[in-house]
Amino acid sequence: MTGVVGFWLTHERELATFVAEHVLLVAISTALAVAIGVPLAVFATRRPRLASPLMAAANIVQTIPSLAMFGFLLPVPLIGGIGSRAALTVLVLYGVLPIVRSTIVGITGIEASIRTAGVAMGMTSRELLRQIELPLALPSIVAGIRVAAVIGVGSATIAAAIGAGGLGQYIYRGLSMVDSTVILAGAIPAALLALIVDGSLLWLERRLIAGRRTGSGRTAIGVAASLTVLALLGSAVLAVRSPGAIVVGSKNFTEQLILGEMVAQVIERETGLPVRRRLNLGGTLICDRALLAGDIDVYVEYTGTALTAIFNRPAANDPAMVFGTVRDLYASSGRTLLAPLGYDNTFAILVRGAEARARGLRTIDDVARVAPEWRAGFGYEFMERPDGYPGLAKTYGLSFRTPPQVMDLTLSYRALATGQVDLIAGDATAGLIKGLDLVALEDNRRYFPPYDAVPVASASTLLRYPQMRKALEGLAGRISAADMRDMNYAADVQHENPADIARRFLDRAR
Amino acid sequence: MDDLSLMVGTGETLALVGASGAGKTTVLKLVNRLLLPHAGDVRVQGRDTREWDPIRLRRTVGYVIQEVGLFPHLTVADNIAVVPRLERWPDDRIAARVRELLELIGLAPETYASRWPDELSGGQRQRVGVARALAADPPVLLMDEPFGALDPITRRQLQQEFRRIQARLEKCVILVTHDMAEALALGDHIGVMKDGQLIWRGTPQEIVECPDSRVRALVDTVLSFPRPEARVRPG
Repeated sequence: MTGVVGFWLTHERELATFVAEHVLLVAISTALAVAIGVPLAVFATRRPRLASPLMAAANIVQTIPSLAMFGFLLPVPLIGGIGSRAALTVLVLYGVLPIVRSTIVGITGIEASIRTAGVAMGMTSRELLRQIELPLALPSIVAGIRVAAVIGVGSATIAAAIGAGGLGQYIYRGLSMVDSTVILAGAIPAALLALIVDGSLLWLERRLIAGRRTGSGRTAIGVAASLTVLALLGSAVLAVRSPGAIVVGSKNFTEQLILGEMVAQVIERETGLPVRRRLNLGGTLICDRALLAGDIDVYVEYTGTALTAIFNRPAANDPAMVFGTVRDLYASSGRTLLAPLGYDNTFAILVRGAEARARGLRTIDDVARVAPEWRAGFGYEFMERPDGYPGLAKTYGLSFRTPPQVMDLTLSYRALATGQVDLIAGDATAGLIKGLDLVALEDNRRYFPPYDAVPVASASTLLRYPQMRKALEGLAGRISAADMRDMNYAADVQHENPADIARRFLDRAR
Repeated sequence: MDDLSLMVGTGETLALVGASGAGKTTVLKLVNRLLLPHAGDVRVQGRDTREWDPIRLRRTVGYVIQEVGLFPHLTVADNIAVVPRLERWPDDRIAARVRELLELIGLAPETYASRWPDELSGGQRQRVGVARALAADPPVLLMDEPFGALDPITRRQLQQEFRRIQARLEKCVILVTHDMAEALALGDHIGVMKDGQLIWRGTPQEIVECPDSRVRALVDTVLSFPRPEARVRPG
């Protein structure tokens, strides 16, 4: 706990920004959900036959996991892609259902005699709605808004995966660094935010119900409205980012965060252009889409990943050939592959150091002999990719005691160190290899294709800012695998800030 | 419901009496066009309800509904002011009218104007319901069991007040009740309904002598327990 407090104190400014972004995301999405949900519900009460299909549709939307929803929205123009707009779309979709439901319940729950009285007094449908139905349904509507906002606070943490900002950034950062302090640094404020939102809207709801007697309902709404406006203004001030000319992206693991920082800082240092960071994007495809859509201008990709995962070509083993193929493929879609940074982040088959020394394991061939007694754990991606597990098993004739366990890549290091599994496929540059005393076995049959780290940038941005290309070319061949492993170690094991690590490297290399 | 012919003039009160389900409320709903007749016509101020703009018609016809139906989120004053507000009266005129009506129904404005419906007794709520129906001074007033669900003493008190009010206001009133005593006490004319049909109509004097056994059954319930308040209204 003291660790978390310490983290907050050293990241005061960043924390404030993340909280502000989170509040803005939830507030704006909830407001939009109200603007859509209430009229929709009113419409449904006017045409009861439409009410149940409407509710069914809203229910189905609610069951789609948010990460999947972000996935669906990636290729959608205007409301999709990455960034806060796509996040708002998802949060609004989630928020609409509880608001529709509670509004329908609120309106249909009004005593028939009250509605009859209104109609018989000559109220038009509109007057009835504004003077009778909505005021009487208000406590119920507020209850729905409360549910929507609390769901929003939770879902917004996931929105960090598509670069929408917010407290989820700490959670993802912590997950990729296997650092529970950083996870808690994001999770605790998110939970507090949910409690505050829940508590204050519950208070408003109660005041509204009581307000019919005491007349304080209007005051309560006034208080709530002014507090909301204050929170929004404050958040807007804090969340405003410098309008970066260049947007740097990265995937959501430690090495990528460090590389993203390094690319951003190099551009800032060498060109003086304002840079915006959109780090921690949720995976290869999201980065690729973002680059294609112009949401980001540059990020670091790995040649082997680009070849197989982005362009769906068969894996190949010759580094120069792979680089050439990928460069041409990128060029034909308006993107430029720059010069390799210098190291190859290929897969590494890892075992516990003690085990390797005791049994004299050096190569993957050595392991094939003992594998039948062992359990393996692999990331989702490794199980599926063409250059992943199936080919590996075939090349080396590997078979394990049980089918490999599928687990989160970053968690698999710990699983290996603690003996839950005996072999994993990690990254050759993982800092945890050093930190957890793991050993990378030699790929003696040269199964794994090359994964040279290379910045890939939007060709039009490079044309507009030729100085940016020059700055990035300055990094060519400068980072060795050992450098990268040390930097990852500094982040994953020593819990240093990726920005500081990148800065130190650039300072030293200057 | 079929075969129904009724006419009510200004300053007259027609009391429709009958068991529940006899179609009394339906008659009221035909008048303010909450329902439209399948055949025949309903005329208000000489005009077919089908030709009336329903909103205009309903603001011309005051309606006291059986369940009272006061708006729980509005004060007594605001409940009474609903139709004048819909009609966009100026505020001072509305305030004066609310005051006048509260006095008319015997609730002191200083005490009751700012009360909430759930702070009132059943009888007070019924009175506010009547005041609300009268607010924009409609020439026609429909009252559906306006004094139902009250204890006998309050009921008698309100009936007396109604007679007093009607004597002053000279409305065209249709009053629905299942209670023959109330019909005799308040109606200038009485219509007896059974199974959707009007089986008898006439003055209170005539009904006492009516030979029809179905009507007699209703009248006897009252006459066998004579009450001074249930006397036929003089004049």
